Amino acid sequence: MSDVTPGGDQGSALTPPEGAATFEVVEVKKGMFGAQGSGDTSGYGGLVTPVAMPAASPRPYGSWFDQVVDVLAEVLEDAARTGGPTFDQAVEKVVVDLHGAASADAQQAELTIHVAREHVAAVCQALRDDQDLRFELSLGVSGVHYPHDAGRELHAVYHLASVTHSRRLRLEVAAPDDDPHIRSTTSVYPSNDWHERETYDFFGIVFDGHPALTRIEMPDDWVGHPQRKDYPLGGIPVEYKGATVPPPDTRRSYS
Amino acid sequence: MSAPTDHRPPPAPHATRPAGNEDMSSTVRAFEAYGDGDWDDIAREAIGEERIVVNMGPQHPSTHGVLRLMLEIDGETVTEARAGIGYLHTGIEKNMEFRTWTQGTTFCTRMDYVAPLFQEAAYCLAVEKLLGITDDIPERASVIRVLMMELNRIASHLVCLGTGGNEMGATTVMTIGFTAREEILRLFEAVTGLRMNHAYIRPGGVAVDTPEGFTTQARAALKNVRGYLKQLGDLMLANPIFKARLTNVGVLNLSGCMALAVTGPVLRSTGLPYDVRKDNPYCGYETYDFDVPTSKGADCYDRVVLRVEECYQSLKIIEQALERLDRTEGEPVMVADKKIAWPAQLAVGGDGQGNSLEHIKKIMGTSMEALIHHFKLVTEGFRVPVGQAWQTVEHPRGELGVHVVSDGGTRPYRAHFRDPSFNNLQATSVMCEGGQVADVVVAVASLDPVLGGVDR
Repeated sequence: MSDVTPGGDQGSALTPPEGAATFEVVEVKKGMFGAQGSGDTSGYGGLVTPVAMPAASPRPYGSWFDQVVDVLAEVLEDAARTGGPTFDQAVEKVVVDLHGAASADAQQAELTIHVAREHVAAVCQALRDDQDLRFELSLGVSGVHYPHDAGRELHAVYHLASVTHSRRLRLEVAAPDDDPHIRSTTSVYPSNDWHERETYDFFGIVFDGHPALTRIEMPDDWVGHPQRKDYPLGGIPVEYKGATVPPPDTRRSYS
Repeated sequence: MSAPTDHRPPPAPHATRPAGNEDMSSTVRAFEAYGDGDWDDIAREAIGEERIVVNMGPQHPSTHGVLRLMLEIDGETVTEARAGIGYLHTGIEKNMEFRTWTQGTTFCTRMDYVAPLFQEAAYCLAVEKLLGITDDIPERASVIRVLMMELNRIASHLVCLGTGGNEMGATTVMTIGFTAREEILRLFEAVTGLRMNHAYIRPGGVAVDTPEGFTTQARAALKNVRGYLKQLGDLMLANPIFKARLTNVGVLNLSGCMALAVTGPVLRSTGLPYDVRKDNPYCGYETYDFDVPTSKGADCYDRVVLRVEECYQSLKIIEQALERLDRTEGEPVMVADKKIAWPAQLAVGGDGQGNSLEHIKKIMGTSMEALIHHFKLVTEGFRVPVGQAWQTVEHPRGELGVHVVSDGGTRPYRAHFRDPSFNNLQATSVMCEGGQVADVVVAVASLDPVLGGVDR
C-alpha cells in the first residue's frame, strides 16, 4: 500500500467484555483524522482501531427477554424430536442492546437473536406459532455488509413484531461472501417476499426457497449489488463558485 | 435475427448490460399482429391464445406516480395482477452512508415526500437510541414532533382522499383535499421554512423552535381544516356513486393483512386496532388522549371512512399538543449535550441562511477551543456508539421502520427504511385479481402507495 505510516501501525488491544464468548470484529479503522495517503505528521496516522459489534449478553437478560428465549428453546427442543434443529444448533448468541437505559425494562432496550442461516425458517416458525411468543408480524428484512467480518460478511436482519404481546425482536443471520445463501423465510412470513428480493438486489444474498428471487429495485440486467460496501457510490465532481466539490464518496471522511 | 453487417457505430457502453452480449434480440420472442377485424381475432392469430397483458403505468394518471401494474385481463376482468416497482429508485439509503448522522434527515425526508416528517422522526428516534439519549430529549421537542407528525398525517390522508377521488373522476374531492392540505403546508412553512423536504427533526430534538404566534396561527388554520374535512366527508361518505365504486372492492381480510404484514388503515379496516402509537409508544404518545378507529368491512370504502376519522383523531392530538406548546413556551427544543446539538443559534445571516453573526463573533472572540469544536462538529459531525437500533412509528400508510447500524463513526454504517407503501404494494395481486380493471384503480388508491417511499 502507498500510505505506509512512518513508525508502523499501532494496534490497540481489544479485550472482550465480561461474559462475552464471541467477539465480532466488523471493521478495522486506521488513523484518526480520515486523511489517507497524505503525510500525516500527527503521530495518529498509525492507529489501528478494530470495531466490534456488541457481544453476547450474559443471563439474565431482563424484562421479557429471558422468557422469550426460554420458550423459544423449549419449542425448538420439542421440534428437534421430529427432525428440527435444537436450540444450540439454531441460535448462535443472544444480544441485548440497552441503548443507554439502566435496565432492559426500558422502552428502548432491544433483543437480538443471532440465528444460523440454515435454521432461520424453523426459528421464525417457532416464533410465529407458539402462543407465548406469537411474533405474527414480520416487518421486513434488511441487509448489512461487513467486509471485515471474515466468513460472515453478509448479514440479514429480520424485524419481528408481536401484536398479541406488544413486543419486538430482531433476528440476525450471517452468511459468508463466497457462499451467500440463507434459507428463505417466505414460507413462514409471506410478507418477506419483496423484502428478501430487495436484500438480494442490494446485497446479493441468495434466499434459498424463495418463490421468485429476482431484482426488485434495480433493472433486471444490472450488474453488481449496489448496497455492498465494495460497490462505489459514484458521482462526478461539481464546480461551484470557482472551487471543485468532489463526489461524496471521495470526500474526506472522519470515521 | 443475424448479426448486422452494415457499418453501424459500435454500441455505446451500456451500464445495465453485461458486456459482450450485444445481440439480445435472439432471446426475446417477438409477435407481429396485422390485418383488420376484431382485435381478439388478431391477437389469437398472433399469439395463439387469448391472453392479453396490459401494462398500466409506469406513466399513468391513476397509478399514484411511477407504479407499473401488469394486468392480465380477460374482457374487463383482471385474472392476474403484478406490481412492478423500481422506477423511482434513487439510492437514498446508500447516499446516507456517505453523509453525517445529522445530514441523514435531509436525505430520508425525501423518501416518502407526502409524509416527510415521519421518516425524519423515525430516523432521529433510532439515532437517539444508539446515542443512548432517548430519555434526555426535551419535552418541548417531543411535543413539536408529535404536532408536526399529526399535521403531516392529516396532510397525507388529504392527498390520499383527494387523489383517490380524482382517479375516480370526483374532481371536487381533489380540489377540497388539496385546499385543506394547503392550510397545513402553510403551517409547515411557518415552522420549518419549507413545504416539503423539511429536515426539521434532528437527532437530539428539532432544528428550531416554533415561531412567535404559531399556536394562534395553527388554531386558526385547524378550524379551516376541520371545515374542509366536514365538506369532504359530506361529499364522499354517503355518496351513492362513491359507495358503489368502493364497497366490497379491494377486500383484504385480517389473515391476509397479517400474512402480508399490511399495516395502517388497511389493517385497521379489518377490525384489528393495531397502531404503533398505542402498541409501542414513542415521543410521549402514551400521554395523549386519542382513539384508534377501526371498522369491519375490510374494503376500500371502509379505508376512506377510517382515513377521515383518523384526521379527526389527529386534530384531537394536535389540540392537546398546542396546549402543551403554550405551556412549555421558551423551554429548550434540543438536548443539552453540546456535542450532539448543532452548535449554532440559527438566524438569517447576511448570506440569507445559516448562523447569526453575533454567535460567530462570540465563539471566535472568546475561545479558540470553542471555535475548533464548532468547526469539527459542523464538518465531521458527532460520533455514534457501535451498535444497531430499530425504531418504528405509525406512518399514515402503516408501520414505518428504521434500522440504523453504526460502526462508531460520524456516518451511518447502514440505514434501512421499511417503508409501509413498499410492503403494502405486495397486496396488489390479492386485492385486484378477480375484480374489474376499474377496481384496480380503486384498490391501489386505497393502499395509498407513495412511490418515493417505495423505491427510495
